[in-house]
Amino acid sequence: MAVEFSPETLKRFEETVGRYPKKEAAMLPVLYLAQGEFGYLGSEAIEYVAKLMGLSPARVYGVVTFYTMLNMKPIGKHHIQVCRTLSCALAGAEKITELLKAKLGIRTGETTPDGRFTLSEVECLASCGTGPMMQINDDYYENLSKEKIEEILRSLK
Amino acid sequence: MEKILLRNTDVKDSHTLAVYKSRGGYRAWEKVVGGIFPEQLIEEIKASGLRGRGGAGFPTGMKWGFVPKDSPKPKYVICNADESEPGTFKDRLLIERDPHAVIEGTILAAYAIRSHTAFIYIRGELAFGAKVLQRAIDEAAQAGYLGKNILGSGYGLDLILHRGAGAYICGEETGLLSSLEGGRGWPKVKPPFPATHGLFGCPTVVNNVETLAALPWIVDHGAAKYAAIGTEKSKGTKLFSVSGHIRKPGVYELEMGYPLRQFLEVDCGGVPNGRRLKGVIPGGVSMPVLRGDEIEGVRMDYESLQAAGTLLGSGGVVVMDESTCMVKAAWNVARFYAHESCGQCTPCREGCHWMEKIFWRIENGQGQPGDLDLILSISGNITGNTICPFGDAAAWPAAAFIKKYRDEFEAHIAQKKCVVSA
Repeated sequence: MAVEFSPETLKRFEETVGRYPKKEAAMLPVLYLAQGEFGYLGSEAIEYVAKLMGLSPARVYGVVTFYTMLNMKPIGKHHIQVCRTLSCALAGAEKITELLKAKLGIRTGETTPDGRFTLSEVECLASCGTGPMMQINDDYYENLSKEKIEEILRSLK
Repeated sequence: MEKILLRNTDVKDSHTLAVYKSRGGYRAWEKVVGGIFPEQLIEEIKASGLRGRGGAGFPTGMKWGFVPKDSPKPKYVICNADESEPGTFKDRLLIERDPHAVIEGTILAAYAIRSHTAFIYIRGELAFGAKVLQRAIDEAAQAGYLGKNILGSGYGLDLILHRGAGAYICGEETGLLSSLEGGRGWPKVKPPFPATHGLFGCPTVVNNVETLAALPWIVDHGAAKYAAIGTEKSKGTKLFSVSGHIRKPGVYELEMGYPLRQFLEVDCGGVPNGRRLKGVIPGGVSMPVLRGDEIEGVRMDYESLQAAGTLLGSGGVVVMDESTCMVKAAWNVARFYAHESCGQCTPCREGCHWMEKIFWRIENGQGQPGDLDLILSISGNITGNTICPFGDAAAWPAAAFIKKYRDEFEAHIAQKKCVVSA
């Protein structure tokens, strides 16, 4: 299956590239466009982006593998990312992760069989004063407790 | 104390142009663009004594002064909004609650070096902050504070919001440049410095969010008024992010030189649950920890914290009470650096993982005699031997945890278990 942008995304690609002093500088926004369009950045998507950017696939692959927010595999509809760094750890982040593992029946780094949830542990999300906390897709959930987690999971169903 | 950086953050709808303007916003930019030369602006900021708030503390006006005036190349200003230092969440507050102060500061910095393209590099995870900033940029452009021929001055500036994608190292200024150039966020060898060879080899200034957000107030009220606040070498106010075992965590604005003990015990309400203070990291986890009995007389400024054997860094204050296992805390911090090392320099790429593995085995009852000296040796071999300060940032806290709490580490190794929670 060949991957390519829809006409609308292709237009956004042109606009994005046009804003930067050099085309290569648009690499991350273009990869975000591709991830939004294709769900993840597999080898076909990487080759497609390379062609659009006029770069080698190896060059794009090097970028994709460097950044944690660029996914080379499909992820769940809700990507739960629990902060594990010092301040959140002092506030009990480990218990939050254990609770989520038990609730979802998966280990960290895994996706539920129905594809709804992916669970990850991540490093500091700049929300240290309101730990333990997690990010689900774009949203922050702070001052977490067992009750709050249950409520959040229910709301995402 | 008059608030400078948090002057707007508690006001309703502070993120909007209307509220920002009603509180004196863009007055500084109108004044500057209406008849102050870039050189005068640089002199004014030099006179204010403002130093970079991202961690390194380099004088801001001097940094701008290094940009060549006669370069035929384009010049760039980048607002470093890649806040990722563990324990630090002050820039996020400014971005979400006072985005126009960040934008106005970025505009002033761009004007000072005659740049016509500026970027705000925001860490990818801050999706909400990016939305708030983009809306504010659009409002500012609509009102004529950005774009071509600003307020009829003939000066033009385009401001581009650029989202990172998850990498701590992109907060290091040359790592940020590599990332913005479309590559892996690998730091570059200095010299040459970004002021002459920055983004795409062009003269570039990279300033932290908090540094830039201070500029409108300084321009509006005058450098002398700013320089009257703080200590001899640490002028003005600074934001501190407080987290961990503390009653009132959050972001605080303090006059430089404020006593650390008073700050923790009075302003932040002290350590909860009747526990004693065991340690505090004053400047983000890259900086050496202070024991609870070391904070007496320490002040929150560049020189006092340095004299105490640590650094002001980003102002991320992490508080640990007596129930904290320092082996586990040290392992947590070491794991962070092992995860975030960019992999470019061998001492850091290998050393961070070794330190993490050794801390892990001590934590899990498999520590061996000699492990502590082994970590100190690895730490010593990383320090000063890497392209960027990340190596030091990983090596210092590891060594400090061991030196400050050696008895606890040795007991943990000998008894093959945690001696704090037991």
